[in-house]
Amino acid sequence: MMDRPLKIAVASGKGGTGKTTVAVSLALTAAATGKTVQYLDCDVEEPNGHIFLKPQIHSRFPATVRLPEVIEKKCNGCGVCADICAYNAIAVVKEKVLIFPELCRGCGACSLFCPQGALVEISRPVGTVEIGAGAGVAFIRGVLSIGQIMSPAVIAAVKDAAGDQEITLLDCPPGTSCPVIEAVRDADAVLLVTEPTPFGLHDLTLAVEMTRALEKPFCVVLNRFDLGDDKTVAYCREENIPIVLSIADDRRIAETYARGEILIEALPSYAPVFTDAWERIWTWCIGRMPEKEVPAPANRERTATS
Amino acid sequence: MKEIVVISGKGGTGKTSLTAAFAAMGGKQVLADCDVDAADLHLVLNPEIIREDVFIGGSKASIREEDCTGCGLCVEHCRFRAIEYPVAASGDRADKPRINPVFCEGCRVCVRICPVEAIAFDPAESGRLFVSRTPLGPMVHACLGVAQGNSGKLVTLVRNEARAIAEREACELIIIDGPPGVGCPVIASITGANLALIVTEPTLSGHHDMQRAAELTAHFLIPTLVCVNKWDIHPGMTERIEKEARDHGVIPAGRIRYDQLVTEAQVRRTNVLACGDSPIGEEIKALWRCIEGALNGARTGGAGLKTVPP
Ligand code: SF4
Ligand code: SF4
Ligand code: SF4
Ligand code: SF4
Repeated sequence: MMDRPLKIAVASGKGGTGKTTVAVSLALTAAATGKTVQYLDCDVEEPNGHIFLKPQIHSRFPATVRLPEVIEKKCNGCGVCADICAYNAIAVVKEKVLIFPELCRGCGACSLFCPQGALVEISRPVGTVEIGAGAGVAFIRGVLSIGQIMSPAVIAAVKDAAGDQEITLLDCPPGTSCPVIEAVRDADAVLLVTEPTPFGLHDLTLAVEMTRALEKPFCVVLNRFDLGDDKTVAYCREENIPIVLSIADDRRIAETYARGEILIEALPSYAPVFTDAWERIWTWCIGRMPEKEVPAPANRERTATS
Repeated sequence: MKEIVVISGKGGTGKTSLTAAFAAMGGKQVLADCDVDAADLHLVLNPEIIREDVFIGGSKASIREEDCTGCGLCVEHCRFRAIEYPVAASGDRADKPRINPVFCEGCRVCVRICPVEAIAFDPAESGRLFVSRTPLGPMVHACLGVAQGNSGKLVTLVRNEARAIAEREACELIIIDGPPGVGCPVIASITGANLALIVTEPTLSGHHDMQRAAELTAHFLIPTLVCVNKWDIHPGMTERIEKEARDHGVIPAGRIRYDQLVTEAQVRRTNVLACGDSPIGEEIKALWRCIEGALNGARTGGAGLKTVPP
């Protein structure tokens, strides 16, 4: 039934919950079942997957956004572009056009509507995409350049560079705002990694809200499940959210993480835990896949505010 | 008035727990939670909300179906892939496209390009800003609506509000709990601050993230300290991070041990220092003394930073 590739996003409302540990170990577990697997590091502000997968990078290219540029001899200084730009990225001072690249989102409005056709678009690099392989898994990551704000553009470039492997694991940035949305929007299902602490639960509820707004199926991975309190488990039960994997608070895990080792390799006793979990996740995912491919949902007008 | 911002490169390093403990020592201060994407500080400060403002981050487009001819121009020109033709479960594609507000960035291209003016453009609520009273002083915090952009703008509002309160109530200090990462909201949190504290963990990723956070604060010329949290998980890495930090002009200001008390304090909705005397409490107090020294040094042009012991 499930022949088409499966894309699973690994996300969490807050950072430091073990997202990368889970994504990397699941990638290896899936690969061990004979599937072709790619790991995409979409946490482009703080990419960490390479520390564990130690990939050989074989190609590297810039992630770019489009940026307008003025053809001076065509421009008459009318100021229309400055009025149009919704992000204050253009000013026209004394009939001279000034463009502020850090503010530009590359929406294309100015070049589209300049009455003189005096704006053309050039490519502006905002980060780097690296492609390689490590630990038996295809590897792609994006790195946002320091001082840049266009994380979503770098994430989109990572996804564009992806291959057609049977399984894709997207290691997402933390939080619930634009970068996460970009990372999650094309995934088939989402794993939300959390800890059973008050902070963890609060951030999980936000992540759940986001995932629901995107109309994605999701389930929970509970890290350090024996820590904190039992409110997270109670919440999941109430909301009917399956918990597909629980990992103990084991100081050795923190230590292998600190050394940059892959959990299921450094502590093989955890391998069966992940094998079981992968089976559960796989079954759960295919149970939720529509028979026919349905493109990204856009059929319910809903303002996603809290 | 001084502003100290606590950031972390990567999230989950214990930044908020430390910020709460600092607040317990800071004296007359205003607290600003700039992690608007996942604000947690209020969970341990028992705030009483005294003001709540709606935050309009921008406007969003929506198609008036009755006016739309289905020409598809808007679909073609939306660079944010926010406009699509809904597809029914049967596989049939609708005649008229829809805008998914989650993906709309408010650029207005569709509104302008639509030949029959079928697209409305209305301000949308994208979050809330709160001013609260807490036992440790006034706090400004916010909650960004799920799937909303413009977190940078909301962060700026939080900081401005905190400054206004600090001025009104003659507070000397603003403690900012910053967001993770090095992107837009972090930049909005740190610009113009007097001092940044990077909280990191002694892991390879913590090491890597500390470097990126340090590059960012250097880019904005902000004097920076670093603290290794849970340092005893990997003492060798702690040394490495501290050495690396010094090479970046960032001053190691203290080490905090791995202690379950941090989680316990969180579960009890309070800060570590309120859980009685403890070795970790002493470490946090020493760290705070270091921060205060650096802040006072920063007042005289940053030279004082160099007198902070490593
Ligand atoms: S709209 Fe075109 S012609 Fe007018 S100021 Fe801008 S670039 Fe120049
Ligand atoms: S492309 Fe869009 S954001 Fe950039 S300058 Fe033009 S109108 Fe502004
Ligand atoms: S306003 Fe811009 S982002 Fe929003 S739907 Fe229209 S074209 Fe797309
Ligand atoms: S451009 Fe206007 S008329 Fe054409 S499909 Fe879009 S909303 Fe409908």
